Amino acid sequence: MTTTPHRAAGADSGTAGLARAFAEYVPSIEARDVVTVRPRYGLVIDGAEREAREGRVFATTEPATGAHLADVAEAGDGDVDDAVAAARRAYEGGWRDLPGRARAKYLFRIARLLQDRSREFAVLESIDGGKPIRESRDIDVPLAAAHLFHHAGWADKLEYAVPGMSARPLGVVGQIIPWNFPLLMAAWKIAPALACGNTVVLKPAETTPLTALLLAELIAEADLPPGVVNVVTGPGTTGAALAAHPGVDKVAFTGSTGVGKAILRALAGTGTRLTLELGGKGANIVFDDAALDQVVEGIVDGIFFNQGHVCCAGSRLLVQEGVAGELLDRLRRRIELLRVGDPLDKNTDVGAINSSAQLERIRGFVEGAAAEGCRIDQPARAIPSEGLFFPPTIVSGLGGSEAIAREEVFGPVLAVQTFRTEAEAVAKANATAYGLSAGIWTEKGSRILWTSQRLRAGVVWANCFNQFDPASPFGGVRESGFGREGGRQGLAEYLSLAPVGA
Amino acid sequence: MLSLGRDTRGSVLTGSLLGAPVRVAAVDGYALEQRAARLAARSVKRESKEAGLELAAHCIDLTTLEGADTPGKVRALCSRALHPDPDDPAMAPVAAVCVYPALVAEARAAVEGSGVKVASVAGAFPSGQSHLADRLDEIRRAVEDGADEIDIVLNRGALLAGRLDVVHDEVAASKEACGRAHLKTILETGELGSYEMVRLASMVAMAAGSDVIKTSTGKLPVGATAPVALCMAEAIREFSDQTGVEVGLKLAGGIRTSKQALGYLAIVAETLGPDWLTPDRFRIGASTLLNDIVLQRRFRRTGRYGRTHDLPVD
Repeated sequence: MTTTPHRAAGADSGTAGLARAFAEYVPSIEARDVVTVRPRYGLVIDGAEREAREGRVFATTEPATGAHLADVAEAGDGDVDDAVAAARRAYEGGWRDLPGRARAKYLFRIARLLQDRSREFAVLESIDGGKPIRESRDIDVPLAAAHLFHHAGWADKLEYAVPGMSARPLGVVGQIIPWNFPLLMAAWKIAPALACGNTVVLKPAETTPLTALLLAELIAEADLPPGVVNVVTGPGTTGAALAAHPGVDKVAFTGSTGVGKAILRALAGTGTRLTLELGGKGANIVFDDAALDQVVEGIVDGIFFNQGHVCCAGSRLLVQEGVAGELLDRLRRRIELLRVGDPLDKNTDVGAINSSAQLERIRGFVEGAAAEGCRIDQPARAIPSEGLFFPPTIVSGLGGSEAIAREEVFGPVLAVQTFRTEAEAVAKANATAYGLSAGIWTEKGSRILWTSQRLRAGVVWANCFNQFDPASPFGGVRESGFGREGGRQGLAEYLSLAPVGA
Repeated sequence: MLSLGRDTRGSVLTGSLLGAPVRVAAVDGYALEQRAARLAARSVKRESKEAGLELAAHCIDLTTLEGADTPGKVRALCSRALHPDPDDPAMAPVAAVCVYPALVAEARAAVEGSGVKVASVAGAFPSGQSHLADRLDEIRRAVEDGADEIDIVLNRGALLAGRLDVVHDEVAASKEACGRAHLKTILETGELGSYEMVRLASMVAMAAGSDVIKTSTGKLPVGATAPVALCMAEAIREFSDQTGVEVGLKLAGGIRTSKQALGYLAIVAETLGPDWLTPDRFRIGASTLLNDIVLQRRFRRTGRYGRTHDLPVD
């Protein structure tokens, strides 16, 4: 069968030129002047911004350019003491005793203010963290607002959150958040804590403090009582001081498994409540009957979303042998289209790596895999020569014992393995110290149920990946941590529960 | 005879016109819609927008399909097809004009020698609910009158009744009736009920020899949508991967603005590659879209937004 040659008007080299000029997408840069980055930021304690007691500061930079953005106060032990004391005063001074509907009012107000200033937050998130503006605009900021709205709705309904149990707040919570979703993680932490009547000391990540500080400004604008939300910026030592502080009733930590283990050791025997959301090595399992064109998109969303800086990333692809070749061909063709570059360009798909240390770590993993004889596929399109960038990478030909197949890379690197049967898929997916996320791709409902029941993962997505909703609990098992965020389960982590009548 | 079978991976089409069985991939609607929405929201600016709009105008099948169409109306349409912007002779003509069979001769005379093709809907458009012999006859007469391209409608009734063989054989017979003319097969996706069915219909239409597959008649409230365009583009890509045959895509129904057109161009460019965006392999069936593009071009040239009533109508 052939199609007859058919030349319509204008079908010449001219249209080919036009098509390429179109598909190039000239830069479409989001204006950065919607947000003012101040040269200096202080700590936010007891409703006021102030310098650190010892006057120390650290720099935060823009990963896409390496440019210095601002100096930020580095909180020492004394500053953490002050913040915890302020949170305690606010807690005992009235926040815990406010009716739920009054706390809801504050949370609704913060959520609305965040929506009003969403562009500002999105641009600042992309500048300070390196993530594409499309993601910060369409995912991070709207989801952060959604978490605030969701939990505002719970604040006056806590007695119904866990049937048969009466619910009381815990007190002062210390919350330590990572650099991959700085604003979203702040909202995930602050919203349930406040809804449940706790007060907060928040420690943002060292490389991405700016949106949390802007959120603190917004919280002040929402007229929250002083000390209800305090922000202490600094390196890991600041977080360690907060986690181990005796005045803290609960610690919520999101970050690396190594640090999580250290916090768990430090808190052993203290009675301080703890939730940990740690690393992952999520398996995306593709069966041979799956909708392959959509699978490709799911894999891309699973591993290249936010440059792969995602604890629940689908960093391992497990594909059934019969379709492995075909799927990899499609995937290799797909990554050629990914646009790596300026995070503020609205068409950028993959932004900048958050820090040079992280970039080195990613490079090390990929070089190690190459040295072990794995096949490495990267797009032909060049990545920017300046700034911190790494191309989307597919590593195949793995045996399974390589570091890249076992350890969390936290970068845009997909490790591909194959399997033959459902049982083998489950065994391989579970062959990890982690247990945060997994994905299943098949057209067969019974296969989704059979497989998901056997996967050791806190979240299993079926025919999608990296989908989030404030009503859905999120968290891990094994070395991915414990405790849930979101949903009623997440609410319970911020409550002291006792049987009704006890 | 075409038949639909299954193996562990899913559906497979086997049939006489095909050298080898063709796999029909499953479609997941949620992921498809997400991807389509993201592509349609590409931020196309300056030189890329300019090139995209120029290209979109090149690829238009300028269409009039009304009961009230007259020779005069068709002549006006053809004049607009040849000179989309009367103030700018440099603006190239559109790809084709699309009219009812009875007006093909009128259109042929009006565009003769210009390179603009004459397309005609034939085969009991828009329902297709007529005897096959009548439909084939209508195609032959339209071709005799000078149509370069024939837009037929797929037999949705047979498709929904599970008679893929009937669907296939009718398209194949229509292709034969077209002779040298090109066959565009309208799936009328608004009546197919699911993306799975759109994908299957696309594969059957291509397997039966369609040169182009087309979304809609424009006679339903639901015309082309971004997910349907993506679904069909993915089917075309897979058909090309499996058989080496490159089939064109025509989007029609409800595409009125430049912004919509750019979104569709992005869907095609990022699924089939930018090289698919030629009038040979890509068309937009539209009428009001052309004037919107002309206004956008005028704005670029003069810095002022034009008024629609400054432009010719047909």
